[in-house]
Amino acid sequence: MENKETYWSENIRIISICLAIWFVVSFGFGLILVEPLNAIHLGGYKLGFWFAQQGAIYAFLVLIFWYGHKMNELDKKYDEGNK
Amino acid sequence: MEELKLYTYIAVFSTFALYFAIAWWARAGSTSDFYVAGGGITPLQNGMAIGADWMSAASFISMAGLIAFLGYGGSVFLMGWTGGYVLLAMLLAPYMRKHGKFTVPEFIFDRYYSKTARVVAVACLIIASLTYIIGQMKGVGVAFSRFLEVDYGLGLGIGMFVVWVYAVLGGMKGITYTQIAQYVVMIFAYTIPAIFISFQLTGNPIPQLGLGSTLADGSGIYLLDKLDMVVTDLGFKEYTTANLGGTLNMFAYTISLMIGTAGLPHVIMRFFTVPSVQAARQSAGYALVFIGLLYTVAPAVGAMARLNLMNTIEPTAGENLVYAERPQWFKDWEKTGLLKFEDKNGDGKIQYTSNTTDQTITTINAMTGKEIVVLPNEMVKVDRDIMVLANPAIANLPNWVIALVAAGGLAAALSTAAGLLLAISSSISHDLMKGILTPDLSEKNELLAGRIVMTIAILVAGYLGLNPPGFAAGTVALAFGLAASSIFPALMMGIFSKKMSGTAAIAGMCSGIGITMLYVFQHKGIMFIPGTSFLGDMGPNWFLGISPNAFGCIGALVNFGVAFVVLQITGPAPAHIQQMVENMRLPGDCAAAHDH
Repeated sequence: MENKETYWSENIRIISICLAIWFVVSFGFGLILVEPLNAIHLGGYKLGFWFAQQGAIYAFLVLIFWYGHKMNELDKKYDEGNK
Repeated sequence: MEELKLYTYIAVFSTFALYFAIAWWARAGSTSDFYVAGGGITPLQNGMAIGADWMSAASFISMAGLIAFLGYGGSVFLMGWTGGYVLLAMLLAPYMRKHGKFTVPEFIFDRYYSKTARVVAVACLIIASLTYIIGQMKGVGVAFSRFLEVDYGLGLGIGMFVVWVYAVLGGMKGITYTQIAQYVVMIFAYTIPAIFISFQLTGNPIPQLGLGSTLADGSGIYLLDKLDMVVTDLGFKEYTTANLGGTLNMFAYTISLMIGTAGLPHVIMRFFTVPSVQAARQSAGYALVFIGLLYTVAPAVGAMARLNLMNTIEPTAGENLVYAERPQWFKDWEKTGLLKFEDKNGDGKIQYTSNTTDQTITTINAMTGKEIVVLPNEMVKVDRDIMVLANPAIANLPNWVIALVAAGGLAAALSTAAGLLLAISSSISHDLMKGILTPDLSEKNELLAGRIVMTIAILVAGYLGLNPPGFAAGTVALAFGLAASSIFPALMMGIFSKKMSGTAAIAGMCSGIGITMLYVFQHKGIMFIPGTSFLGDMGPNWFLGISPNAFGCIGALVNFGVAFVVLQITGPAPAHIQQMVENMRLPGDCAAAHDH
């Protein structure tokens, strides 16, 4: 049985997970931890540099589609609970 | 040269003919067509249209050039201008689509039950959008004058006419389908030269992989390592670690660009064109796919263009290019004044170094720490905007590729200009006229008003493109600062805080904008007039070392803070508004975006 409150708190929970990852891949790996990560190499890329110029964008993409997928499931559950 | 001109005419005019054909096919018949394309655009189509709407002349022409000269520091644009879509997809777009109105100021009016809030939102929208359009119009003029050698003003006039035809005739509907075509033109124009260049340099045709590969010259050295060596030998900062004003500044800059992106009304509006909440979420994903395609290629374009430029000027260490033997593209760009050479030591050869004095100096190599002797820099001007446009010529690519880049640059500028014009005209015809001044306007007359306002907006934009005001250079900072410090927080609090009241939100918006404008003006001059900046545009005077361009995030924090304090004092929003917010948060059918 889904109701308004649980639907919204579940949405907030999913958003929090997504935004935590969003923060870590861009601000974390691309800016704050860039120097230690640059010691590791990914082909010709220094890893921190790669996150800042490539990796963060790929991660953002995965996050948006994952969020859409989770929310579609949640929407379905909510609709069934209210029939 | 003649062949190039012919190809360019063919590329530019065949794409224009395509836009006209689409405009005729997708004419708008109702206000719903005009404002939200009838609300029946699919997420895939909308994603592509958002891509073209969002990627302006700045993304297409300037960004890779910025990265080429800033190196790692240029990452703020890559992360900032893509990370905003995560915020849009999760924090704004689905709920605003569920609410189902035509414009951003209309949403603000409903949520904050205040005509004052609506007018404040219209003012923010117009300032942000107009400043943005000036840049697009300049891009159109430059592309025409450089590639077709027509007068700048005439080029601008042709661009204005093309936008007028499809935007006024088709409204959001015409703009959407034209933007889809423009996206396709733009992405081909951007990636084809990048694929060629990546293949030439590394043997790998995929630019994203080529950037991380070894050079194809048999040396076995990684491209980025080579670039680091070449630039540090001339006294520049190391490409892959060069910082942009410190970590805190880069942090603030990235956040400002992210929330600024999420708060730009012409982008948010596009989410009103899809049929459902689910489609709104999906559109954001597709939009980022199409934007990411260009944005992940851009760092490769930047780094490879820089390496090619360095290699042209100094083919082997110590053997510099003789000025009299410079290639044709060098001469072409010298004519535009965007590239300038001064033979400081009179040896007839070109030296391109970090040394801006007139004497030879010794300095430290940023990578090896060894002492190096650096001759005075003789490339006294290398405008970063020429990197993308000159790139195919520097790499000796065939003429049809250069022609395609010209058509792509125009597509980028025109598609963004059209989206901005629609945001402006809808905020005047729908929010100011229908919403406040003349509420009994019939639908037919509102549609007519929308078209007239758009025509006026095109004329104003054209005039500003022809006579750019002194502050045009600083306006991007203002547009993003405005969107980040006023619109984004107001929308987000409106959805995530049920209790947020109109009074508190208006106080927040005004203080957020106020402090951001104050900071930008005190360092850059009042309305960017030189000599009026009372604190001077220098690092030591910056608050915590944050540059004025990066201040939008502080403005947003002030906005949130003030709004919550005022809310505590003046009390929460009325019950029926809280009920409306609850409804906005829930899934389920949302009516097609409607009016009233």
